[in-house]
Amino acid sequence: MAEHTVITPLPGTFYRKATPESANFVEVGAQVSADTVIGLIEVMKQFSELTAGTAGRLSAFLVEDGDPVEPGQVVATLDDE
Amino acid sequence: MTQGITKLLVANRGEIAVRIIRAAQELGIPTVAACSEADLDSQAARMADEVHLLGPARADKSYLNVEALLGALKATGANAVHPGYGFLSENADFAEAVQAAGAIFVGPSPQTIRRMGDKAEARRTAQAAGVPVVPGSPGELFDVEAALAAAEQVGFPLLIKASAGGGGRGIRLAENPAQLREEFPRSQREAQAAFGNGAVYLERFISRARHIEVQVLGDGKHAVHLFERECSLQRRRQKIFEEAPSPALDQQQRETLCASAVRLTESLGYQGAGTLEYLYDDASGEFFFIEMNTRIQVEHPVSELITGIDLVQAMLRIAGGEPLGLRQSDIRLNGAALQMRLNAEDPARDFFPSPGLVEELSWPQGPGVRVDSHLYQGYRVPPYYDSLLAKLIVHGRDRAQALARARVAVAQTRLTGMATTLALHAELLEQPWLHDADFHTGTLETWLAARRSGGAA
Repeated sequence: MAEHTVITPLPGTFYRKATPESANFVEVGAQVSADTVIGLIEVMKQFSELTAGTAGRLSAFLVEDGDPVEPGQVVATLDDE
Repeated sequence: MTQGITKLLVANRGEIAVRIIRAAQELGIPTVAACSEADLDSQAARMADEVHLLGPARADKSYLNVEALLGALKATGANAVHPGYGFLSENADFAEAVQAAGAIFVGPSPQTIRRMGDKAEARRTAQAAGVPVVPGSPGELFDVEAALAAAEQVGFPLLIKASAGGGGRGIRLAENPAQLREEFPRSQREAQAAFGNGAVYLERFISRARHIEVQVLGDGKHAVHLFERECSLQRRRQKIFEEAPSPALDQQQRETLCASAVRLTESLGYQGAGTLEYLYDDASGEFFFIEMNTRIQVEHPVSELITGIDLVQAMLRIAGGEPLGLRQSDIRLNGAALQMRLNAEDPARDFFPSPGLVEELSWPQGPGVRVDSHLYQGYRVPPYYDSLLAKLIVHGRDRAQALARARVAVAQTRLTGMATTLALHAELLEQPWLHDADFHTGTLETWLAARRSGGAA
């Protein structure tokens, strides 16, 4: 069982949902594909989608909803089983 | 009457915080920079007499956090708050809370902010003052059938706008009744989601309009204008290049337009600095009031340069209880001024934001050149707020001299460490249509699109 990481290329604020009222894009334990959106990065008022990048099971978020992130930071981990 | 401002809390960040602190310092007023964690090393924090930490970087936990700002007033003993632009600057509840805490809100009364913040109410106010408005529905609309009936009076094409909207959000275009039927419920949903208020209204869409706005100052009794600005060059309804006066108006049109703005301002008993936005139809020579911004604006320096009046100081004096002390005949239009917004955005990547570390930094110099910026060498531009880095502002005896100074000022500017819109401004200043002032609110986007497809980027 290999572990993959989802890394943000951008600095900014990480969000797990599209609006404060929405449900999370994904929950821990969910099966995702490479193009599944797992969150948004807000940089200077522009929102970019962060995708899983690889297929697998989302095993953990290392960043909370609304936390600041730096480029290269690991946002979540996936395992491929 | 108040006893004047004894200590000023600056409830903003970036270049406008620096601008406000400088104005207060010149008036001998001590300042407090209210900062988020991300701005503790900001230029504003370095300049202010005191720094007060509001909270984490996110705006909703800091610059939009009313409780934290009221706490800052209490903790620092400041007796006034300048809200700058954006954030809480047009939030009537905040202004009210500041007053309830016994402090001065530097701006108009909460009632005025509320009244002009409601776009439908603002239209009614303008009409009552005899100021022309864009043909539109008389009030808010709640269902499609009412919208279709109202559209017969308004005429197509038209815009569906959210009553509580602003900054270009919640606006949809309908070219015919079928589109209106389709778009109307979408606008209601969007307005509800974005502003918590689903009320919308209709307004005629003027396709080749100029955006012209009048700067006003009032002390609650009297009001004056500081002539107009033209801000037609916009991308996604964000202005990037502004000038004063508008090159489109002759003296007679200017007087009529500015007099209408003063009439509306006085009818409000307006206190402070404000801007009345108009659409100007080049084809017919008609102008229509669209909305009033009850705060200082990003592009205020061009008005300062053509009149010699310091608007931020005037705001502080008026808020402190001083009368205007200016008659209209004291205010002369001198020359022409231009402002270029330097943003941390990459024009080659569809203006994607580009925060980063300021490496090399050198500002232009010379007569008629002003730079409003919060940057310094070694400063890290945080990713949490808007992308404005600096405003390059030039003044000349006429528009031609201002354009020549702008070209040199842009060429002299050196800023490395992040992508910026500097080179775009250099290119823009070479365009014959810019020199001829032959533009409307759609011109910049058309030019950017042609530039992309032409591979010039």
